Amino acid sequence: MLGYAARRVLSAIPIALIAVTVCFFVLRLAPGGPFDGERALPPTVLANLRAHYNLDQPLVVQYFIYLGRLLQGDLGPSMVIDGFNVSQLIAIGFPFTLTMAMTAFVIATLIGVLAGMIAAVNQNKWPDYMLVLTVMIGVVIPNFLMAALLQLWFGVYLGWLPAGGWVNGSWLHLVLPVTVLAWPHAARISRLMRGSMIEVLGTNYVRTARSKGLGQRLVMARHAIKPALLPVVSYLGPGLSYLLTGSLAVEQVFGLPGIGKYFVTAALNRDYGIVLGTTILYMFIILALNLIVDLVYAWLDPKVRYR
Amino acid sequence: MKLTQTFKAVATAGTLSLLMSTAASAVTLQLHNGGDPGSLDPHKVSGDWENRVVGDYIEGLVTDNAAAEPIPGQAESWEVSEDGLTYTFKLRDDIFWTDGEPVTAEDFEFAFQRLMDPATASEYAYLQYPIKNAEAINSGEITDFSQLGVKAIDDKTLEITLEQPTPFFIEALTHYTAFPVPKHLVEEHGDQWTSVENIAGNGPYEIVEWIPGSYVRSEKNEEYYDAENVQIDEVYYHVLEDQAAALNRYRAGEFDILTDFPSDQYAWMQENLPGQAQVDPFLGIYYYVMNQEQPPFDDVRVREALSISILRDVIGPDILGTGELPAYGWVPPGTGNYVEDAYMPEWAEMPYEERVARAQELLTEAGYGPDNPLTVQLRYNTNDNHQRIAVALAAMWEPLGVNVELFNAEVAVHYDALRAGDFQLGRAGWLLDYNDPSNTLDLLKTGVDQGGEMNWGNNYGRYSNEEFDSLMAQAATEQDLDARAELLAQAEEIAMDEFAAIPIYWYVSKNVVSPSISGFEDNAKDIHRTRWLSKTEE
Repeated sequence: MLGYAARRVLSAIPIALIAVTVCFFVLRLAPGGPFDGERALPPTVLANLRAHYNLDQPLVVQYFIYLGRLLQGDLGPSMVIDGFNVSQLIAIGFPFTLTMAMTAFVIATLIGVLAGMIAAVNQNKWPDYMLVLTVMIGVVIPNFLMAALLQLWFGVYLGWLPAGGWVNGSWLHLVLPVTVLAWPHAARISRLMRGSMIEVLGTNYVRTARSKGLGQRLVMARHAIKPALLPVVSYLGPGLSYLLTGSLAVEQVFGLPGIGKYFVTAALNRDYGIVLGTTILYMFIILALNLIVDLVYAWLDPKVRYR
Repeated sequence: MKLTQTFKAVATAGTLSLLMSTAASAVTLQLHNGGDPGSLDPHKVSGDWENRVVGDYIEGLVTDNAAAEPIPGQAESWEVSEDGLTYTFKLRDDIFWTDGEPVTAEDFEFAFQRLMDPATASEYAYLQYPIKNAEAINSGEITDFSQLGVKAIDDKTLEITLEQPTPFFIEALTHYTAFPVPKHLVEEHGDQWTSVENIAGNGPYEIVEWIPGSYVRSEKNEEYYDAENVQIDEVYYHVLEDQAAALNRYRAGEFDILTDFPSDQYAWMQENLPGQAQVDPFLGIYYYVMNQEQPPFDDVRVREALSISILRDVIGPDILGTGELPAYGWVPPGTGNYVEDAYMPEWAEMPYEERVARAQELLTEAGYGPDNPLTVQLRYNTNDNHQRIAVALAAMWEPLGVNVELFNAEVAVHYDALRAGDFQLGRAGWLLDYNDPSNTLDLLKTGVDQGGEMNWGNNYGRYSNEEFDSLMAQAATEQDLDARAELLAQAEEIAMDEFAAIPIYWYVSKNVVSPSISGFEDNAKDIHRTRWLSKTEE
């Protein structure tokens, strides 16, 4: 298993290099630059800025300068947020995004698995219908709208929770953002779990276990949950990476200092350093999560063999 | 003994109660500041959201009063030479950086040199180009920084020499490009001097925390020379670009002031938050540029037809909903150093139907009609309001037989296209950097030939008129303010009569201010330093 993991890590290096290269050139070839704002800068000032960030060098030279820095662990400067370099911004924003995403991930997984099991056992009864309704709400309402609605109800009308911000870092500030993030994921997980569990409960070995006189709980615990989790586990990797990378709307509406906001704002501002830095981070996360999911999947299903 | 104990107990209780009441009465301003500051270095910032923070923690020779008029800041007084070229500033005695070091004239000399140093790459350095040799140093022509017209005569005396008399120079000194920086800290920490562990200011507040993407926090600077009159103890400048979310947080009591709001909520706010949403004239113009290097906009008849057939009266009140005033001229009303009567073309008074008929005639004369319809591409940058206006204008031009193709792009792509001349008709806007008509009229000056290539700067439409340029050049050297205003007014008239661009409306500032806040005065620059505000706990 270690050898398998090592091979996967090594194979990620060329993938990462290709991704950085493509991202670098696509970004530079896109129209507009980091200094194309509403006001034209005097040529002298523009020349100073371009020289300051090596943008006056040929593109290939810029690429190798970037790669050289990257190999030394330097993600370079931000061209728009001048007070911080890219590594500092990631160091500030990523822990927050990670905290929010992991909290939402754990809650969504627990609730999703539990709700899926309850719905499967109560197929076509009221708990099942309730679940379908809840799932529909979570999936159909886009998260920016959900965020605004929860903010309005719980922050403005009822005044029970902070309507946004992260001043003093109270856990209460996390309740609404995490709810918005977790809801659609819990909904998807519960749907997967429900379908998978219904399938497993109809298999011969479960019928055999029941015929031996085992009760519902024991059947579920010993024979049904583990195989029923397989499709859920497949979803968890992409699900977590989506939570980590897709929290932009939540960060925007609640005014939170996460990294998703930097990524999108930087892309719009052509802040090359931040876009590349966050892309590399996201790439690392996605590769790592895929690896973890593969390893967990193999543990759950002995039919999967390492090659 | 008992008496002593009683006294002690009373004294202790009194002290505690005083301490507690002081702690309890600490007044915190929660300000919705919009965008994320890119920097706290006055030589690196460029946005109004950054100005709000920087202008609270650093103060220049001249500063803004509550109405955003220039008043003495770190300089207690100044004298101007008879030829209008030399300004001599006397600094206050009781001014210090927040790390305890005195603020000296040398800090200012150093700051201006750093601003103009090409290595600093300051975006707004050009605002101080009136200073002698500033542009030459910034462009690298002069490398000896001591040639800059800013000299520290002694610790408390600063002399600034200009290239030519500049009536708005004192006003320009309120801009953050003219703020001092602590020489000792910049020399020690380089560009990292603005990180929170190193930073020091000389203004009414000091920066104590900065969480990118969330907020900057500052606290009252007790060593500030006017600290006794500063009412707010602590300020949070919150980052939040989603205006609807900001309004929700204001309603939840989490913000005291919003610096912008969704236009479509204005009517609701007028009804439900009476007196809190403040919409006021603001020194800025929203306009459309026409590429005059190419047909059809090289023909003044086409430019005139499109301009006069716009029903501007409906844009502010109905399309935007916030009542922006229709613009027919180029210099915003309320601009200083200008003539009293704003430019107003004759056609502005004509009934709209007559204007449309006149526009149709003009297009026919220019060769456009049912057999040869005019088709133009209109570019605008991504924004709901820009889109609404573009759609409305396209509808207004439809009766003329003009086909409009709308083209939307993100801001960097949009302005890249405008600068490259890769457009026919495009949306633009200009907020004044300083309160002087030259700041808007300069947008219409002919570009400068640089190595065989024309640099048009912000004159996206490439409007060019020798007489206009000549009047602007004369105004630049005219010392008599009234005569200068006349020259500038003549220039405006020439450009507008030639439909150099299509002015649409004058900007307004949009703030929401809680009833608990006092001292928030409307002003055309939309600058409201925290120093002048106070807050009563509800």
